[in-house]
Amino acid sequence: MPKEQQMSVSVWRGGATGAFQSFDVKMEDNQTVLDVVAWIQQYADPTLSYRYACRVGMCGSCAMMVNGVPRWTCRTHVNKVLKDGHMEIGPLRNLPVIKDLATDMDPFFDKWIAAEGLHHPTQTRDDPIETIDPANAARVEINAGIECINCSVCYAACDTVAGNPDYLGPAALQRAWSVYNDSKDANKQAILDAVSGVGGCHNCHSQGSCAVHCPNDLNPMNAIAGLKRETARNFFKRRT
Amino acid sequence: MTLRLYMAQRITALVMAPLVLMHIAVMIYAIQGGLSSAEILGRTQGSILWFAFYGTFVVAVSIHAAIGLRTVLSEWAGLRGTALNAVAWAILALLLILGMQAVYGVTAT
Ligand code: HEM
Ligand code: SF4
Ligand code: SF4
Ligand code: FES
Repeated sequence: MPKEQQMSVSVWRGGATGAFQSFDVKMEDNQTVLDVVAWIQQYADPTLSYRYACRVGMCGSCAMMVNGVPRWTCRTHVNKVLKDGHMEIGPLRNLPVIKDLATDMDPFFDKWIAAEGLHHPTQTRDDPIETIDPANAARVEINAGIECINCSVCYAACDTVAGNPDYLGPAALQRAWSVYNDSKDANKQAILDAVSGVGGCHNCHSQGSCAVHCPNDLNPMNAIAGLKRETARNFFKRRT
Repeated sequence: MTLRLYMAQRITALVMAPLVLMHIAVMIYAIQGGLSSAEILGRTQGSILWFAFYGTFVVAVSIHAAIGLRTVLSEWAGLRGTALNAVAWAILALLLILGMQAVYGVTAT
């Protein structure tokens, strides 16, 4: 019988300070990075902390740094990332580490609110449901953004977030752009104001790390360009 | 970086773009048949047009570069708040003084 294939996996242990700990993990034919983390927690060290829920790329809770790159671990195959039988798994960048591979995602979600990525209703529950033409240009613009699974991979990939903790980041701004284009939204000015401040969309350098790393192939950079365009147009309008 | 700083930096960039092209065009024209300071000063001294041209250039680049360096200092050096704005204003003042001095130097009679 051939010798069982092993890989060596370095896993972050600790909080903001800590160190990588090495584990030997059995290789399988079909194995995701999340499978590896789960295997370590079940068979090697039950004190390992990490987060996941759906395991099928829907919930956005399993993102980690794999060899320094932010990825959704439940849909990243080991053979895609393994280098010479080794890989390194760490907590998501740009977020406080709670323990091991679990980050505190509060700052990420707080910024969605700060960017006014909220629904500002035009009607009440007693009004009939408004019909929206799916071919309408503003509605088509929203198509991409609503596929976001809130995984924070783009937020971890963004160097502007790393350099400027106030920056709202790609996902929150993309949400703001979706809500801005929603014909059922009553307070578009609140959105433009929210994305025009110190941490606003104008900090984006359009280098596109968010679009490169988004597991759903979304392009927050495009959404941010839309916000820059609308705020710039509005800048002159409001002055006259 | 707020919307106001963003607009100021993009508008000054727009102002500079044609000035840069004009500047390059004049340089190519000026070096035909050699370059002498007398020839340059002959063109610029006492010229309100060249004063306005390079004066506008200096004002635009001072604003543009002060905002740009403010971004770099904030993201790379972690400067924030009052310290950041103070350094940006100081850069603006320095560039304006150096630039306007040079413009005055070649246009004054
Ligand atoms: C026609 C000429 C110019 C144009 C069109 C231009 C355009 C721009 C634009 C669009 C940005 C924003 C980049 C971003 O935020 O990602 C920028 C940033 C910057 N510019 Fe200029 N610029 C010009 C000339 C200059 C000059 C002459 C200087 C220096 C004296 C300068 C210094 C800077 C600096 C330091 C930044 C900050 C870097 C950054 O924010 O990424 N620029 N420029
Ligand atoms: S394009 Fe903008 S939002 Fe996207 S990673 Fe770069 S700076 Fe961040
Ligand atoms: S835009 Fe993409 S990378 Fe960013 S949170 Fe949404 S799904 Fe994740
Ligand atoms: S576990 Fe839900 S997206 Fe990975």
